[in-house]
Amino acid sequence: MSAFHLAQMNTARLRAPLEDPSMREFAEGVAVMNELADRSPGFVWRLVGEGGDGTIAAPGDPSRIYTLSVWESPEHLRAYAYQSEHLDYLRRRRDWFHPHGHQAALVLWWIPAGTVPTMRQAVSRLGRLQAAGPAPDAFTFRRLFPPPLPVSAS
Amino acid sequence: MTTEDLRDFEALASLGDPVRRRAYRVVADASGPAGRDEVAEALGVGRTLAAFHLDKLVAAGLLEVSYARRSGKTGPGAGRPAKLYRVAAAEHAVSVPPRAYGTAAELLAEALERAGAEEVLNEVARQHGSRTPAGSRVSEVLSEHGYAPVADGPDRIELRNCPFHRLAEQFPPVICGMSLAMIEGLLGDSAWQARMDAAPGRCCVTLSKK
Repeated sequence: MSAFHLAQMNTARLRAPLEDPSMREFAEGVAVMNELADRSPGFVWRLVGEGGDGTIAAPGDPSRIYTLSVWESPEHLRAYAYQSEHLDYLRRRRDWFHPHGHQAALVLWWIPAGTVPTMRQAVSRLGRLQAAGPAPDAFTFRRLFPPPLPVSAS
Repeated sequence: MTTEDLRDFEALASLGDPVRRRAYRVVADASGPAGRDEVAEALGVGRTLAAFHLDKLVAAGLLEVSYARRSGKTGPGAGRPAKLYRVAAAEHAVSVPPRAYGTAAELLAEALERAGAEEVLNEVARQHGSRTPAGSRVSEVLSEHGYAPVADGPDRIELRNCPFHRLAEQFPPVICGMSLAMIEGLLGDSAWQARMDAAPGRCCVTLSKK
C-alpha cells in the first residue's frame, strides 16, 4: 500500500439548472456514475453533497459544480474515468456543460493515505495549476508527477 | 517526433525481412497472445525459424513475451509454460525528413477542447467515414482504418486496436467521440451499429447488430 493517494477535483459550469429537462440524462447519470465509482478498484473516498450525489454546487454560483475524490493511483482513476461507462458521459459533456475555455477544469495532487482533501484545498490547487502549469503539487493526467518520497521514521 | 531516434529506426528496419514482417502480422492479427507453433503454421515455416524471427522482433521492441500453460493443466505433468508473443505497447514512427504531425494533432485537440467544438469535429469525422464506398464489407472497412476488428459471437464486434491510441489517452472524450463518429460514418446503412463501450486494452467503441 502506497503512503500517498491521488486526490482529484474537477469542475464544470452547467448549461441549465439540474432540474431542467435538458439536463435530465446528466442528472440521472450522476447517481449511476457515483455508484460505479464507489465499487471501482482503487476508489478510496469522494465528497458527498447535501443531496448525497457527490456533485457539489458552488455557494455563489449554482451553475458551477465540483467533484472531489481520492483514488489509490492515477491508473485506478483513469480506469474509472476513461475505460468504463463513464467515458460516454464525458463524450456528451457539451450537451450539459459550457466549454471551460482557457480555465483549468481538472487538477490532481498527492495526499498522505488516510487523509481527506478539503474543497478549499482543491480550489487552491486548481488555482496553482491555472497560474503556473503542472507541478508536483498540482498536475493533470497529461503531465503526471510521481508521489512524494515517504518520510523516513528514523 | 522530429528527432532521429535510433531505436525507432532499428525497430522498423527489423521488419525489412518479409518472413519476419509476416510473423509480426500473424501476432498482431491473433485474438490473443500467439505461440511459436501457431506462427510457424501460419507462415508455413519450421518452428525453429518462426522462433528465430519472433525473438528478433522481441529484441527490436516490437513484440512482448509472456508465459502461460495453454492446455489449462496445472501441477506436475502439465509441462513447461509456453512462450507467447503479443504486440508491444511502444509505438515507433520514423519521418524523413522530420515531421511533427503528432504535436500538431495534440495542439489541435487541446484547442478544440478549450473551444468546446467537439460537435464540429464529430460531424467532420462522420462525413470522413461516410466517404467509404457503399457495399464494402464492415470488417474490411474497419481493418483498412486500423481498428483490427474481431467477432465476439455473431452479433458483436470488438475493435482490438485504436488507430488514435496515444492521442486518445491524452484527450479521451474528444478523440474517442471523434472515433465513434467516424465509425458511425463508416458503417453507413449497414446492419451494424456502433456505441461507446469503453474497457481496458481495446478501442472504446464496440459494434452490435441492429
